[in-house]
Amino acid sequence: MILLIQYTLIFASVLLLVALGGCISEHSGVINLGLEGIMVMGALGGALVMRYLPSIPTGMMVLAVVLGSMLVGVIYSLLLAFAAVNLKADQTLIGTAMNMLGTAAATVIVKAINTAEDPNNVSSTISYIDQKKAFIINIGGFEFNWFMLMAVIALILVYVMLYKTRFGLRLMACGEHPQAADSVGINVYKMRYAGVMLSGILGGLGGIVYITAGVSEWKFENGVAGFGFLALAVMIFGQWKPTRIALAALLFGLFRALSNVYTGFAPLVALNLPSTVYNMLPYIISLLVLALTSKKSRAPKAEGVPYDKGSR
Amino acid sequence: MIKEKKSLLAREGVQTFLSSLLCIALGLIIGFIALLIINPAGAGSAIITVLKNYLYYNRAPLIIKNLGNTLVKVSPLLMCSLAVLFAYKAGLFNIGAAGQYVLGAGASLYCALALQLPWYVCLLAAIVAGALWGGIVGLLKSYCNVNEVISGIMLNWIGLYLVNMLLSSVKDPASPYTLGLSKNAPGAVLPSLGLDSLLNNNRATIAIPLAVVFAIIVWIVLDKTAFGYELKATGLNKHAAKYAGMKEKKNIIVTMMISGALAACGAAFLYLTGFEEWSCTQTSVPGMGFNGIAAAFLGGLNPIGTIFASYFIEHITDGGSFVDKTMYCAQISDFISAVIIYLCGFVLFFKLTMNNWLTRRKEKAAAKQNSGKEADAE
Repeated sequence: MILLIQYTLIFASVLLLVALGGCISEHSGVINLGLEGIMVMGALGGALVMRYLPSIPTGMMVLAVVLGSMLVGVIYSLLLAFAAVNLKADQTLIGTAMNMLGTAAATVIVKAINTAEDPNNVSSTISYIDQKKAFIINIGGFEFNWFMLMAVIALILVYVMLYKTRFGLRLMACGEHPQAADSVGINVYKMRYAGVMLSGILGGLGGIVYITAGVSEWKFENGVAGFGFLALAVMIFGQWKPTRIALAALLFGLFRALSNVYTGFAPLVALNLPSTVYNMLPYIISLLVLALTSKKSRAPKAEGVPYDKGSR
Repeated sequence: MIKEKKSLLAREGVQTFLSSLLCIALGLIIGFIALLIINPAGAGSAIITVLKNYLYYNRAPLIIKNLGNTLVKVSPLLMCSLAVLFAYKAGLFNIGAAGQYVLGAGASLYCALALQLPWYVCLLAAIVAGALWGGIVGLLKSYCNVNEVISGIMLNWIGLYLVNMLLSSVKDPASPYTLGLSKNAPGAVLPSLGLDSLLNNNRATIAIPLAVVFAIIVWIVLDKTAFGYELKATGLNKHAAKYAGMKEKKNIIVTMMISGALAACGAAFLYLTGFEEWSCTQTSVPGMGFNGIAAAFLGGLNPIGTIFASYFIEHITDGGSFVDKTMYCAQISDFISAVIIYLCGFVLFFKLTMNNWLTRRKEKAAAKQNSGKEADAE
């Protein structure tokens, strides 16, 4: 039971962080379908910090890893911001390209590092098992992870930012009616850049949480198994509102956690379902949830539409 | 004479072709830079190896055999890119092509290995399975307003686990792969009609010419029929299409079904040749459907263009497997194709810049003529 809570919380943290990122980006008017790629790149950034700074104090380690993944995530998200804002490109296409590019680039980089050290090493993993322990505090069998706290802090910060600050309200105006925002002197292009870059920060952080949540070392070839898209489903289910997104993330996290720990529950084992059913569960649930909630969707009105100053 | 040149550059097709070439060139340059950063010593020869692919060998029979290998994989890729293209024309981004492809693989292999059905039934089963899988996306989109990208991704993963489960029953007990097709279900192998001896490759089947035929059919349907016109109208403006009396909901579902059928048929084109087996323990969705997106956009969203684009993408992907493994990894080709897709997003911008440049030049020429006339008048 403790294990179930632990996994639920850690997966919910991933989904919450990434979904909040997607939420900010969409409120600024840019659909970020490249979250999956951003997660992979953020994970790469964090993993590289763990690899090259193996022996620094615990607190420093946590900080350095978080900053590393955020930095790589935000740099990578600039690819989307530049294409969507400056070149008015198709955001769906760019997002898809970024997902493919993220996995391919991370694999190439990790393999290049491994091969440069030892020509016979063609694996796509970075070893960080020891360093990973910096994030975990064991409280009576429950492994508390600093990332869980960070997700909660991120939730509060995003809520305050979106609804209580001038910046957040202006950002949301750019996603609802950019022409109106522009007419009162808000720079729509800058705001959209800010929205995408904030989603890069949160997406990158989500990526490192995702790969360190697993027991074994992560193969970068595999990407993040659709988690970026699950986060988007969480965001839609949460109706683009941070607090509802948090609840949705907990629900989805629970179903994801079940596939890891269902063998520990006698009633579930008694059902005698193949393990693949539990693997499918998060995706099936999200599909059902989307089917039921998308009809009255409150998506930002101008999302996905490139803003052109000259158009009416 | 200048006027003629202008009209050539202003032509839609020429612009698309030029921008695709630009994307390829930039993609290769970025790939080359990446290779230089990884290891400057072998970068030049590595990028040439990627571009040469089967020309890497110096004996004609081997070259032809490996050309055949590449072509065998071009046919499923072409079908996937047609699937993406067909949906895109109706305003739908079918990222679920990857999952429909997986369902096609599952249905065709199950019919072949478990039910011992002949190849044409297996092919049909794949098409039906893909159409159903695509149809779900269409249904969700038209009746529940679910974004087709997100439902597509979810169905990709559901499909992957489903097919893994289904094909575990026809698995080789000693390995995670399904049983060999030519040994266990010879009747399900696609006929080759002499292509095997022509290409010196027993995996070469009618799948290769059939995929090209499908490209032509898609082109005819989209450009020459009322149905294609309706689809494109729905894609451009759903509300206008509805106002004009088109059944936009039905069109979305039918489009997704056809798109899914195309992608799944592509899977049958690969797995019914026995070229490779399905690994029942794989944990990532095969990249074929995603590469289909690359090929569709690189081909300028034109069915005939995608034939060449699919060939190019598969050519460099296969070429990647020949690079010197002590320095680089095969994924460098995936990296290059991903860069190319990213750049394809700029095609619209490129065309706009080009048209602006053309009109500016025209205006300048016109202004010059006018001022010349005025000078004459004085």
